[in-house]
Amino acid sequence: MTHVDGNALAGAFATTLGIEITVTVGRCRSCGSSFNLACAHVFITAMGAVMRCGHCQAVLGVIVRGFRETLVNLSGLDYIRVPHL
Amino acid sequence: MGVINGGFGGRHGSSDPRLPPGQTHVYDWPVLSTGPTPNVDEGRWSFTITTEDEVTHRWNWGELQEVGVEDVVTDIHCVTHWSKLDMAWRGVPMDRLFEDVETSYDYVMVRSYGGYTTNLPLEDLLDGQAWLATEAEGEPLTPEHGGPARLLVPHLYFWKSAKWVRGMEMMPSDDPGFWEQNGYHLRGDPWREERYW
Amino acid sequence: MTPSRVRWHLGRVLSRQFETEAAIRLELDVPTWPGNVAGAHLDIRLTAPDGYQASRSYSLASSGESTRVVLVIQELPGGEVSPFLVRQLAEGEEVEVQGPLGRFFVWIPAEPEQSPVQLIAGGSGVVPLFSMASAREREPKGADFRLLYSVRSPRDEFFADELAELSRTIVEIVHTRESAPGAGRPPRRLTREALAASTFPASLSPRIFVCGPTPFVEAVAGWLVELGHDPAQIRTERFGGSP
Repeated sequence: MTHVDGNALAGAFATTLGIEITVTVGRCRSCGSSFNLACAHVFITAMGAVMRCGHCQAVLGVIVRGFRETLVNLSGLDYIRVPHL
Repeated sequence: MGVINGGFGGRHGSSDPRLPPGQTHVYDWPVLSTGPTPNVDEGRWSFTITTEDEVTHRWNWGELQEVGVEDVVTDIHCVTHWSKLDMAWRGVPMDRLFEDVETSYDYVMVRSYGGYTTNLPLEDLLDGQAWLATEAEGEPLTPEHGGPARLLVPHLYFWKSAKWVRGMEMMPSDDPGFWEQNGYHLRGDPWREERYW
Repeated sequence: MTPSRVRWHLGRVLSRQFETEAAIRLELDVPTWPGNVAGAHLDIRLTAPDGYQASRSYSLASSGESTRVVLVIQELPGGEVSPFLVRQLAEGEEVEVQGPLGRFFVWIPAEPEQSPVQLIAGGSGVVPLFSMASAREREPKGADFRLLYSVRSPRDEFFADELAELSRTIVEIVHTRESAPGAGRPPRRLTREALAASTFPASLSPRIFVCGPTPFVEAVAGWLVELGHDPAQIRTERFGGSP
């Protein structure tokens, strides 16, 4: 199985957090690099989506759609910068 | 909005008593990976069990085979609603690997090549319930299915059966692994539909 | 076009026709669609009678103010969503769509643009790039466009007729497995040298959009940097085998 990229998570982030992930910049907590999250590596699985750093492969975040709620974990990011659109 | 796509399969109910609630019988074997597939050479593969006394029990590939494999036919159940019935597995019973392990801790963190983790109570790994599997359906496990060795705990949802397993650490409490930190149930019993938190 | 909040819409299938043996062109009527820029995508959500839902992301082949949107969807064998969309979803049937999505891999003609635009597609990654070339076609003035389209064979080409009619984009198609009859050249894999020969040189500082399967995008993006292109000028969109 191969990864896609952060473009594939635009819908999930729009729905859950109301942000446009493809113009959001994040900094990887593991290696410190900053990049547009459109460029993050994303593994889409039936259990959830896993977003990884394209530089060091560390897990940046996880999105899991459950029965009643969607869990969004961005603990692998120091911060995200969301532009005003 | 309530649109139903009539021809879209989704989950089909089934009356097979071997299927836990909400599961669909599949014949293929879907692959689910949270990261790149690690290519682990058997020559540099090892498996360790580490206890609270910092004692590490270690097996390399040859030593693992010497522990003794057994054949198991079992059903597996993925939390994403598919089940595969009557799968033929071969692996080393976890009971044998824990024979000389002295621990007072009740929980285990399973660690894999590539960084995946999952947590289990020790009692779910013992008494003939779990194996370190090296073959499925008569063939060595392929990397995409967790080869060279994966955990096999078929009575729990299959995310507990960690692929590319490299070690276990004893824990005093049931700390969550990768999916368990991200919304999935701490134990994951398919018969009780323990899918999410 | 003003930014509008992303939401779920109801779309009805106006037409469906096979683009290739394994890809369907769907035209959806989405009355509440706010329009979309070229390169944007949407999510389609399917709901089974028992309530089970699955959604997937697809690039839009259409752009502009229209509430009719066009998708071309490649079937992934063994997939959960694409075989239903390609083989079963009927004219008149409704699906839920969310969008428009994406502001990174998009081309907006209103932007003042000095540098040329290079589009590089692998397989069905041509969909958002075709959308950009079509948007450029509607503008009387603007940047020079080139499209390099790597595809297995003539039978696998998307938009074959439309690409041939583009007047403002130079189109070059590379067949990687099987050439057109009488083409006079064997099929060839895209190489760094072939890429350099068929794209704007780095000296022109083109903006570059690359879309395709992950290995294709990674290879092409790597070559572009080796050829002297500024990584900041390269935008990529990968799709893979998410079934």
